[in-house]
Amino acid sequence: MAVKQISIFVENKEGKLVTITEAIAKAGIDIRAMSVADTQDFGIFRLIVTDPEKARESLESSGCFVSITQVVGVSIPDEPGSLSKVVKILARHNINIEYMYAFITVSKKFASVVLRVADNEAAEKILTENGIKLLEEKDIMMM
Amino acid sequence: MQKNYFQKDMETMPIEEIKKIQNEKLVKQVKYVYDNVKYYRDLMDKKGVKPEDIQSTDDLYKLPFLKKDDLREAYPFGLLATDIKNCVRIQSTSGTTGKRVVAFYTQNDVDVWEECCARAIVAAGGTNGDVCQVAYGYGLFTGGSGLHGGSHKVGCLTLPMSSGNTDRQIQFMMDLNSTILCCTPSYAAYIGETLKEKGYKPEDNKLKAGIFGAEPWTEEMRRDIEKSLGIKAYDIYGLTEISGPGVAFECEEQNGMHINEDHFLVEVIDPDTGEVLPEGSKGELVFTSLDKEAFPLLRYRTRDICVLSREKCSCGRTFVKMTKPLGRSDDMMIIRGVNVFPSQIEAVLLNCGYAPNYQIIIDRVNNTDTFDINVEMSKEDFSDTPKVITNKEKQLQSAMKAMLGINPKIHLVSPKSITRSEGKAVRVIDNRKRLGITV
Repeated sequence: MAVKQISIFVENKEGKLVTITEAIAKAGIDIRAMSVADTQDFGIFRLIVTDPEKARESLESSGCFVSITQVVGVSIPDEPGSLSKVVKILARHNINIEYMYAFITVSKKFASVVLRVADNEAAEKILTENGIKLLEEKDIMMM
Repeated sequence: MQKNYFQKDMETMPIEEIKKIQNEKLVKQVKYVYDNVKYYRDLMDKKGVKPEDIQSTDDLYKLPFLKKDDLREAYPFGLLATDIKNCVRIQSTSGTTGKRVVAFYTQNDVDVWEECCARAIVAAGGTNGDVCQVAYGYGLFTGGSGLHGGSHKVGCLTLPMSSGNTDRQIQFMMDLNSTILCCTPSYAAYIGETLKEKGYKPEDNKLKAGIFGAEPWTEEMRRDIEKSLGIKAYDIYGLTEISGPGVAFECEEQNGMHINEDHFLVEVIDPDTGEVLPEGSKGELVFTSLDKEAFPLLRYRTRDICVLSREKCSCGRTFVKMTKPLGRSDDMMIIRGVNVFPSQIEAVLLNCGYAPNYQIIIDRVNNTDTFDINVEMSKEDFSDTPKVITNKEKQLQSAMKAMLGINPKIHLVSPKSITRSEGKAVRVIDNRKRLGITV
């Protein structure tokens, strides 16, 4: 069920983000969600895209250092308290969130969020049991 | 001007007489080594040289060389020439692949070494009326104990500060009226800056001279240090294998270091062929100890590239003068006064499960050496969370510190990101060169 996230290692060097974004553009791939984690020396650029395998190929042929990580995607009603409900469920079951970020896609009814946890299966099971809708690869392709 | 010498007879002896002493000592030392050091006896036998073949310094070229590798191979006791119970001291320096080099001293060896340091202190104007602050590191490193012993021999009031704790250095310097400072040149520059930050003017301290060595420095640094501390700065040269600091020292001319030729015989060779070069040629320094008891080394290759000069010196000393090292004939780096070999870094990387794809970047910022190592990651090292990567950097840094004795800053970088020229990666980028420092 989990969603594939592309993680790209970004050294603090001029033009590095240009290389990355151009590689994705060249492959004709849309970005659906993104976040950047940074330290003094480097950053990690994380993306949810319409075609992760194709994106990886294009990035690697442009000399980027890439890995694919499985993350949990959830689709929740776009209203106050929705996100709080999700994190409460996970907290209650002692599932730590390493990081999370939102999808760029704008819909009036739903908001989509990426969650990075240690055990995807456990998180997905608990969220489903609590009535939270999970995102699948095909949902992302359709966005 | 009043000329000061610690051992005037030796230091100003006519060169013919020095040569006579060298010949006598050499014949004795070669026989002593042949009889007592199996490792070197085997080298001589292999080359077909007998002690009788060495009748004067003219025969020196017949003897085999000793290299740092030999010291590693013979570690720890293989080059010891006397019973361990006759030894009173061990000092040590880093070796090429992590195995340290240890040198042994009898009491007489320590005395000779300290006398050499005393000559350096007196040449810098030191007398028994001086307060000598020794801010070289104490311990296995020869800097602290060498100058400490020399200071005692001169009769200075000795402040055994060791390195670091700059606030305390400055407090003692001011309260106890230090007149001579002994440390690495970069630490001297740092003390100078700190004094300025604290609002002291150069004339506020009582220092008159500094004896600085153990790392490369420039004439420009010398002028800066002299200005900031209000002193005259003197260079000193030495290596643990031969004894320690004081193998050679600067006089008031400040243009080269007199080699203590009554104890150490010097040659300059072509580092590629091993051929002895005529005086005045640029080449690798090779030392032969003339009167060591515990750890006598014959024809030890220093890897330091220098030029010797016998020009008459206005100080009256007749000992030959050497330039500052103009470079190295191997890949050793001196970082913050510590000897570092790329092979040590490779060994740590392999131990920690990394491929040896790395680049060392050295620079000098605010008079302190910076030391960075870029290491290429493998697919398995990469993670989508920065903390996993920074933890790996920290682990590698501790492993490096354990091996090298100094802390590099580790940067994990993407695979194949380290520039390769003609397929060969550039392992060391030493930006100190832009400051004119010969490394």
